[in-house]
Amino acid sequence: MSVPETGDPKSTSVNNIEAEVFSLSASETEMEATAKRLRRHIITMTGKAGSGHPGGSLSAVEILTALYFKVLRHKPSDPQWTDRDRFILSKGHAAPLLYATLAECGYFPVAELTTLRQMDSRLQGHTDRTITPGVEMSAGALGQGLSFGIGVALAGRLDGQNYRVYVLLGDGECDEGQVWEAAMAAAHFKVDNLAAIVDNNGQQIDGWNRDVMNLDPFPRKWETFGWKVIEVDGHSIPQLLNAFGRAKQIKGQPTVIIAHTIKGKGVSFMENNPDFHGTAPNAIEVELALKELE
Amino acid sequence: MEQEVSVREAYGKTLLELGMENQDIVVLDADLSKSTMTQIFAREFPERFFDCGIAEQNMVGIAAGLAASGKIPFASTFAVFAPGRCFDQIRMSIAQPQLNVKLVVTHGGISIGEDGTSHQAIEDLALICSLPGFTVIVPADAIETEQAVKAAAAHFGPFYIRLCRPKVPLVYSEDYRFNLGKAVTMRKGGDATIIAIGLMVKAALDAAQNLELEGINCRVLNMSTLKPIDEAAIIKAAAETGAIVTAEEHLEHGGLGSAVARVVARHHPVPMELVAIKDTYAKSGKPAELLERYGLTARDIEQGVRSAIKRK
Repeated sequence: MSVPETGDPKSTSVNNIEAEVFSLSASETEMEATAKRLRRHIITMTGKAGSGHPGGSLSAVEILTALYFKVLRHKPSDPQWTDRDRFILSKGHAAPLLYATLAECGYFPVAELTTLRQMDSRLQGHTDRTITPGVEMSAGALGQGLSFGIGVALAGRLDGQNYRVYVLLGDGECDEGQVWEAAMAAAHFKVDNLAAIVDNNGQQIDGWNRDVMNLDPFPRKWETFGWKVIEVDGHSIPQLLNAFGRAKQIKGQPTVIIAHTIKGKGVSFMENNPDFHGTAPNAIEVELALKELE
Repeated sequence: MEQEVSVREAYGKTLLELGMENQDIVVLDADLSKSTMTQIFAREFPERFFDCGIAEQNMVGIAAGLAASGKIPFASTFAVFAPGRCFDQIRMSIAQPQLNVKLVVTHGGISIGEDGTSHQAIEDLALICSLPGFTVIVPADAIETEQAVKAAAAHFGPFYIRLCRPKVPLVYSEDYRFNLGKAVTMRKGGDATIIAIGLMVKAALDAAQNLELEGINCRVLNMSTLKPIDEAAIIKAAAETGAIVTAEEHLEHGGLGSAVARVVARHHPVPMELVAIKDTYAKSGKPAELLERYGLTARDIEQGVRSAIKRK
């Protein structure tokens, strides 16, 4: 397995540091193409692994594309860069999507993606911050990312740093009580350098959210907890970019972007099919899916 | 009459001292700052103190995020609520990533008294010791508490420090120097070894004194660093004294006794007795009444020593 390049900040001049910051001027067309590549990676990776969570990875593709290729200030050559914006994947089962995104950004080689879930791979079934470059949090036990994000945001505020913190939650994940403890605390501490994004695909393992554990009225819940709520089509990159831009302007309270998405988005037989929450496509399904994603 | 000093107050004062020296020290609490004494820090450094309300899971997550961003968070509540109320959060947000969070919990054991079962932490050490990479300390008095808290701040990685509610007699003088990971020989002896933690260290010393009158000379070890445990001191005690009695304010399962027994069984099997709470919950009562009812007095230790020696 090849080891990714790691930047040494001490050996880099100030000018180079600025040049290395990963704020791409990617066009929307380029980002659409990137999104499609990420979808293909997710299918290939989970298919090869024979397990994993394609559904909830596919639903958040545009969210991560917008963040990593336009919104976040980050440096793939220096994952620990102190001024970086932080992306925290709270719904840790979407690890295949995060890994694919990090690889496309250059945190580690794209070729490494097919080691997902194998012995000695840096790409664990759920995220592990101790071994994967660019991964901020060890997740997979749902409900913990927003609290973690508040801590990161408070540290940035104490240190007078201007980085922003983004936390991606699943909607099913919001069944967890800790999410609402954190929602209350984020508003109480007025962490306006933090934005949560909910991948609101409407489904969880046992079926539709409304049947398993009804979250409605979902936006109202966040509002009454003291958050600014922005609702968008989570598959529209322009809408997402607009929402991230607005979130930056909101002071004195945290923002949640409720991204309406489709679980399994992009592959006809996976869309809105909860069976693909935690089941990988078989060889035939991989072939069919990749054909649809050409 | 020995001087009794609050270990909780020692914690609060030490936090204040650390906070003055180091801007990266931050403190979190879950609506118990008056009891855990983190309010001593909060009054001086309100901007570095975060009261998370009655929400321990969230507190642990916030502490982890602060640690991941270079802060040294001390998070406090009662021992029964951490790890009890937030075990998975401690596991995934702190232990697995080995983040630099210091959990300092108070009101450990049954000596909290009248509040009863819901507030008596008797399983916390089993839970926290099960997590890979956690350093676990149970100080014996206020002087050791101060030094253990300073050691936790100075060493990188997750720490759990368990304090009790009542004031406890000093077993150390001001010149004591806490040595992380090392058992402290409190008394020399060759007939049996009593290994104790927390307020049971004083009981162990009393027991050893009483047994001396019967001609039994006990070694007494304070195993204040419960994890990683000082294996060498245990093996030496087993080899040189041939009998070991452990004493702790915790269930027999998963605490000091279990940890010592693992070392003894593997390296130097000798008769052992465990002075600990048997498989039951305690009730309301005065601390002294409870310690007596549930078998955690000097007399119980003495009985344990006699019985272990008999089985040599």
